[in-house]
Amino acid sequence: MIRRWYLWLPLVAFIGFVALVTSGLMRPMDREVVSRMVGKPVPEFALKPSIPELPGLSSADLQDGKPKLMNIWGSWCLPCIAEAPHLETLKANGAEIVGVAIRDKPEDVAGFLAQNGNPYIRIGADDLSAVQLEIGSSGVPETFVVDGNGIITYQHIGDVRAEHVPMLLEKLDEAAQ
Amino acid sequence: MIAELGLAALWLAAALAGLQLIAGAVSVKQPDGPLASLARPAAVMQGVLAAFAFAMLLWLFAQTDLSVKLVAANSHSAKPMIFKLSGTWGNHEGSMLLWITVMALAGAMIGYLERRLPEVTMQATLATQAFVGLGFYAFLLLSSNPFERLPTPAAEGQGLNPLLQDIGLAFHPPTLYFGYVGLSVAFSFALGALLTRQVTPNFARAMRPWVLGAWIFLTLGITAGSYWAYYELGWGGWWFWDPVENASLMPWLAATALLHSVSVLAARDALRAWTIMLGVVAFSMSMMGTFLVRSGVLTSVHAFAVDPERGAFILVLLGIYIGGALTIFALRAGTVQEGERFTATSREGALVFNNVMLSAILAVVLVGTLYPLLTEAFGVQVSVGPPYFNPVGAIFTLPMLAVMAVGPLLRWRRDGVKRVSKPAVFLAIFAVVVGALVAYLSNASVLAVLGLAFAAALGIGSLLPLKGRNLLRTPLATWGMVTAHFGIAVALFGMASESAFSIEKLVAARPGDVTEVGPWKITLDSVDPVVGPNWTALQADLQASYKGAAAIELQPQSRTFWSPERETAESALATRWNGQLYAVMGSGIEDGRRQLRLWWKPFVPMIWLGGILVALGGLLALIGRLTADLKRHYVRRRSAERREETQA
Repeated sequence: MIRRWYLWLPLVAFIGFVALVTSGLMRPMDREVVSRMVGKPVPEFALKPSIPELPGLSSADLQDGKPKLMNIWGSWCLPCIAEAPHLETLKANGAEIVGVAIRDKPEDVAGFLAQNGNPYIRIGADDLSAVQLEIGSSGVPETFVVDGNGIITYQHIGDVRAEHVPMLLEKLDEAAQ
Repeated sequence: MIAELGLAALWLAAALAGLQLIAGAVSVKQPDGPLASLARPAAVMQGVLAAFAFAMLLWLFAQTDLSVKLVAANSHSAKPMIFKLSGTWGNHEGSMLLWITVMALAGAMIGYLERRLPEVTMQATLATQAFVGLGFYAFLLLSSNPFERLPTPAAEGQGLNPLLQDIGLAFHPPTLYFGYVGLSVAFSFALGALLTRQVTPNFARAMRPWVLGAWIFLTLGITAGSYWAYYELGWGGWWFWDPVENASLMPWLAATALLHSVSVLAARDALRAWTIMLGVVAFSMSMMGTFLVRSGVLTSVHAFAVDPERGAFILVLLGIYIGGALTIFALRAGTVQEGERFTATSREGALVFNNVMLSAILAVVLVGTLYPLLTEAFGVQVSVGPPYFNPVGAIFTLPMLAVMAVGPLLRWRRDGVKRVSKPAVFLAIFAVVVGALVAYLSNASVLAVLGLAFAAALGIGSLLPLKGRNLLRTPLATWGMVTAHFGIAVALFGMASESAFSIEKLVAARPGDVTEVGPWKITLDSVDPVVGPNWTALQADLQASYKGAAAIELQPQSRTFWSPERETAESALATRWNGQLYAVMGSGIEDGRRQLRLWWKPFVPMIWLGGILVALGGLLALIGRLTADLKRHYVRRRSAERREETQA
């Protein structure tokens, strides 16, 4: 039997690979995605009312001294139906909620609110997603906590579920200080 | 009930894999023992059961059964049917089930069909196949059960990653999987032959169709993946040296080397240890690719189903299989005779050169892929991209292409330089002329000029083996080689042209504005919102006219999917024989003007046409080999019958 040392080289290389990726696997990974908008003021904008019954929304409305939840949504969005009752709970607990309706029609918005309740004090119509994109939202629904000076303090991506309600109320309290 | 049936079938299949392992392993020692007849039927039944389990999962997805966790997490009742079905494998659990199903079906085919190998090697091969399979069954059943029920059914599914909701991508992963899993068969063959010391031309002939088949699927998978990245990501590029792309390129490089080396072994009984080594490496690359994509060890734009715990599981499997195989290799390869001798200037010599170059390119890609991980271990974050891969890869690619152009003209065993000197000189002059012309007429980079010159020479060189032959009597395998080599030249031509001659324009346009890009005049008509089944988008209506001809309509979109939320840029393409116009709409808006990114990419479709030709070449060779095998089988049976008749 002939023994050749170089036949072991592939195994040695492979052991090196395993050692390398094991160290890679052990390293803790940063998975939290922090929006680049957190800590920054809301960009300037003015949206016309989405439905005649409620006023529209502008960046000035977010600087009236009271922290607010800014909810990005659409009547065509299924998860928005799921989160509607939780927005009602937030409202019942004293949260002021303003809405930005993305690419929506007034009659659809009215229909949605009639069916799922209306937690909003203002709804702006963002027909071209311009505000949505500027504020750094990648989809609907999304909810921003904005303090009384118009600074974004928190971004919640996805629908608001029951377990998020206390957390969002806490964030609002923090924003008020 | 359906989910429980699927799970039961999966457990039974795993049990049969266990039986197959024991029966195969015992029969290697006792070829006439009581278990010898069990391994083959176990392999067949295992294939049937795994396929049944997969069919059940497919059914659950088709029904959008939201009581099953996997369906609820990855599907949605509003999704089009084709994407409901492709959602079956568009996630970690389902894709692992697809993997094990394809692997079990391949094992069933070996068990049912393969008669060329000595029975003892066959048993060792089936045992290895079952051993590898068991690891994946354990992975599925213990850590990623696709049939898990939810305590209470979900009201609605969470959808499928919108980037994956694309017809190209629906079929891209299965294509790659057929390739990866085909290589697992090559791996089992290689180990079976090594364990029983039967590394013979017959073994190579038995293994070759599997390598060819795997290689065809890998080629198609990479080609499709590259085209998908090109039009779906909206970045206008076709290859990014992303870890996920490299994960499929590395097994392809190893399989290409293996394919050539298996041919040498089959035809000339040389390169025995080398072929075994490549058989192990090729499948190792498939598994390493899977690991790198799933574990989150490397960051990638399109890694999916990332989970470090699963990564750890795959790593353990990897350690057992590859570490084990390489240990056996180190212990046994020395006992495999190297086989027939040959001189440097011979067909074998050229193929060895090709093998060495392919291995070097593989090493370049592997090092580049792992390098960020290595530096991160020392606390430095780097990313390795085209500035490394393109020139360093070219150092090995260009000499290989040169040998590829003339190598097939050489004879087996020994030959003189004389036979190829005339065509080689002719091709070299031709390449220099083409290169000089391109360099003079354009401001292309050095690599692009070299690429075009080599593509031209290889395009002609690859056709030379047909010269002076009766084309109707030329074996299909030769046609396959010529087609595949010509395909490489075509793809190279596309890559080099794209990088040498592309024109890019980034404009902020108002409706009515006209932009010129190369020979095209593009008018922005309007920007309107549009609504799809599960997305909304802004769509630009463009009128594009080529050299004053009638305008074509192009409609690039900036899409927003809402479940889960995600934005994608849907590019719009206008294809002409000499290139493609590529339009993307940016999401930015400045005082009523929209961002448009426009490219004119001359000859870029040649990249994928070349890929298809390469795969077609493989298919021709595969058909040629299989029909030759059938013919030989038939002739042998006839002569046996005749012998019996004369004896009677």
